[in-house]
Amino acid sequence: MIPIDYAQLFQLASPEVIVVAAALIAMAIDLIVLRKRPTCIRFAVAATIAAIGCAAAILRILLVPDVANILDGTLIANPLVHLVQIALLSLTIFTLVLSVNSTFTQHVGEFVLLILVATAGTMFLVASQDLLVIFISLELLSLSLYTLAAFNKRSLQSWEAAIKYYLFGGMSAAFLLFGFSLLYGLSNSTSLTHIAGAIHGPSLNPLLVIAIVTTTIGLGFKVAAAPFHFWAPDVYQEAPAPSAAFIASASKVASFFIFFQIMALGFAGSEGSAALPHLVRGWVPVIALAATLSMLLGNLVAIRQTSLRRLLAYSAIAHAGYMLLGIVAHTQQSLAALLYYVITYALATLGAFAVIAVVEDQRGSDQLAHFDGLSRQAPVLSVCLAIFILSLAGIPPLAGFFGKFYLFATVLASTPRPVELLWLVALAVAMSIVSLYYYLRVLKRVYVAAPSTDVEPIQSPALSQFLVILLAAAVLLFGCAPQLLLHWIQAAVQSSGL
Amino acid sequence: MLAWTIYISFLGAAGLLLLPKGSTIAARILALLTAVAGFAIALAAFIQHRSGELFTITRIPWVASLGIEYRLAADGISLTLVLLTGIIAITGILFSWNIQERTKEFFAFYLLLIGAVYGVFLSYDLFLLFVFYEIVIIPKYFLIAIWGSTRREYGAMKLAIYSFAGSAMVLVGLIAAYVEAGARTTSLSDLAQYPFSPHFQMAAFPLVFVGFAILAGMWPFHTWAPTGHVAAPTAASMLLAGVVMKLGAYGCLRVAMTLFPLGLGPWGAHHLGFGSWRDVFAVLAVIGIVYGASVALVQKDFKFVIGYSSVSHMGFILLGLMTLNQIGLSGAVLQMYSHGILAGLLFAVVGRMVYNRTHTREFAALGPMNLSKAVPFAAVTFVIAGMAAMGLPGFSGFVAELMIVIGVWRSYPLLAIFVGIGIVVGVVYVWRAMQKAFFAERRTESAPPHEPLPPISFPERLGAIILIAASVMVGIYPQVLLNVIVPALNSPLFAGLRQGSWQ
Repeated sequence: MIPIDYAQLFQLASPEVIVVAAALIAMAIDLIVLRKRPTCIRFAVAATIAAIGCAAAILRILLVPDVANILDGTLIANPLVHLVQIALLSLTIFTLVLSVNSTFTQHVGEFVLLILVATAGTMFLVASQDLLVIFISLELLSLSLYTLAAFNKRSLQSWEAAIKYYLFGGMSAAFLLFGFSLLYGLSNSTSLTHIAGAIHGPSLNPLLVIAIVTTTIGLGFKVAAAPFHFWAPDVYQEAPAPSAAFIASASKVASFFIFFQIMALGFAGSEGSAALPHLVRGWVPVIALAATLSMLLGNLVAIRQTSLRRLLAYSAIAHAGYMLLGIVAHTQQSLAALLYYVITYALATLGAFAVIAVVEDQRGSDQLAHFDGLSRQAPVLSVCLAIFILSLAGIPPLAGFFGKFYLFATVLASTPRPVELLWLVALAVAMSIVSLYYYLRVLKRVYVAAPSTDVEPIQSPALSQFLVILLAAAVLLFGCAPQLLLHWIQAAVQSSGL
Repeated sequence: MLAWTIYISFLGAAGLLLLPKGSTIAARILALLTAVAGFAIALAAFIQHRSGELFTITRIPWVASLGIEYRLAADGISLTLVLLTGIIAITGILFSWNIQERTKEFFAFYLLLIGAVYGVFLSYDLFLLFVFYEIVIIPKYFLIAIWGSTRREYGAMKLAIYSFAGSAMVLVGLIAAYVEAGARTTSLSDLAQYPFSPHFQMAAFPLVFVGFAILAGMWPFHTWAPTGHVAAPTAASMLLAGVVMKLGAYGCLRVAMTLFPLGLGPWGAHHLGFGSWRDVFAVLAVIGIVYGASVALVQKDFKFVIGYSSVSHMGFILLGLMTLNQIGLSGAVLQMYSHGILAGLLFAVVGRMVYNRTHTREFAALGPMNLSKAVPFAAVTFVIAGMAAMGLPGFSGFVAELMIVIGVWRSYPLLAIFVGIGIVVGVVYVWRAMQKAFFAERRTESAPPHEPLPPISFPERLGAIILIAASVMVGIYPQVLLNVIVPALNSPLFAGLRQGSWQ
């Protein structure tokens, strides 16, 4: 029995504690003091308190950068974890700012509470290398997200989407738990590093194959990779804008990070290889298959969409495919590339959702037809939307382009000979040609189509506009000067020794 | 200093967006001033660097951990093309003086495109070059989709997808080369010196070459060019045919051929009668020459004639590159300049002087209008431009095509015959277009009286004179460009090409 140092545990968990405390304070003030006030004031106050809590947690991480590893990876603190946590907290702050102008609910305190609890879930998730803690944090995150997706009680479709999300989520959690239990059975440990040591062997145990597949299903659901993506289009389309934005950004970042960690650490030694035509059994071919399906399905189905949110959902599936390549490569460099990609992707997606929220609010829906002639009614919003969309399409000098370049380069560099994974990279690049088509169709609506004559001019709230400009500037800046983010990520990845 | 051609164009584009709403005249003048400033800088640099050797403009680390640098450099080839870009930029603005709708945005996209084109020609780092190369796609799309004519949204999308597909092929090739060389540098000269294995070069060369050649309108990947050119507004067609297609040809020469010179060498076996990629691309180029000219011969739409003539003329450039001898390569670079000027001029006559006045480009409708009387300046300009495009002595086209034909004669005597056929067909289609559009007989005297066409405006005259002068100057004294092109081709960058298969 290892003695537990509760003081140290508390100290390490203090950023999460701050976030949860902020959540409780925000809810208490909202319910006790502001209950009778108009929604916008309640949202402003609650979001401010929550954002201050997140900022305090960031400060706490920056000012006291502990390095520790408690109980064989049950809770970990190192520069890499800190970096991801700071990214998650920043994305949460952006989501909170985005929610300030919302009108979809009267339950302001609960909404903000759930966002912060989900954030705490993501923070624990990325700070652990222990199956139990990973599973519990994942469930904490997922349960909050199901509720967030259903938060618009006036919309039946929102319910439907949330129910779908919940059913698929529950099923995939069962798969994940099954996989984890097999791993525990094989290794008699819940720590990722011990598991890797125990399952290491010359040939693949059949139980291990099942564990690989079920774990991939569980985590593939979280990152919306095909063929576990069925919830994504509905949730992206029907959930309230801030919830959808959070699901598409912060939750993605955390899920991809833990996906990489579980595969690269937990299944180390049974990688196999995805090099054609000499596939070697292991988890890499499984991930490569999911990546291939996601890239094909996401990009091809996105062409037919008429709703911008649904289009973003399918493009998210496609991007999940690109990012899975980073897991296929599973090197230090590819982890850095994956993090750069997923963080800049989250920024661009959040920005796109912020623009959608404004347009939806004024025009009633996110149908592409409602974006006709937007550039003449809201030039600033349109330029920012163009930046987000083009970054997703991977056009330089925006962040999305450098993300793709770096990711693909690290994927090719991960094998002894660059041609081994060339087929995956070539497929990804070819599919990005398809993606340009549907992204340009969106911009065609905004810039080329004539505005319909009978609509009111768009009034964008100052706060939304500020957020959109800030995010667009970040996407442009990280594209023009990738080094700003990259050297931080690379240093963190190297020091963590993953 | 030369780097400011890029920055000033981007700044001009940003400045245009800040102008108050509805300021049409200010937008035109600001755009023109920006283009003139860019040209002046280019000209000053051209005069200053008469030796044509490579000189570095800027070199700072960009993404140090990946070995990516922000490195701009120029040699005689880049200087020639930068000069061409400056001329086309100015005249393109002169020929768009009549744009009324969303003027600010038009010139902002235009200058963005110009800045990116300057960037491609001046980049000496492959990553940087690729960044500029892809920036070009987006303004091109909007220029056509918003301000274009016939089937503009289709033409614009087709153009964007083709360009992006080409650049995707280039991207795969470049990333593979970058990783193969150890992922330490993206510098063009360092990678050109890296000894890639012959096997790798054989695979990477066609990938990157075709990727660039799509934008250069190589047959059978040329189909974006006629539709795109026809759909585009005048200034955009001038830019597309004048400089954007040159980006592709420049990429073929500067990137594909310098990085993978062994890819041009013989396979060691013959497949379908071809012995190397060089043979394949030479034949495709000749097909492009003859096919483009023949299709131009039967068009009913005036602008399609010019669109297909571009495919034909770009075939000369690609063929010149494949000759791999000094005269052929120099001729190819000279043809890049020459075709840029002449295509610009031809599109200006068709798109601006004729179409904007008559609102039709059908020969059947243009003939009865008696255009040689109605707009004599347009007729004279087209005759001059047509003579230059046919390759009559005294114009730049003559020197360039002559050098290419001599080069082909040395490398592929058999193909030279087909090139000759292409040149003859070229004379015929220009002649036919000229006759049908401007000098058709009036069939009936009782043709309905037309509204008198508005006279040719001053900016149009000025633009036409600049372009004709630019062509005649090089036609009479080609040494002005050859003096910088030839030393550039003899520089260390092309050493691999010279040692490998240079003849």
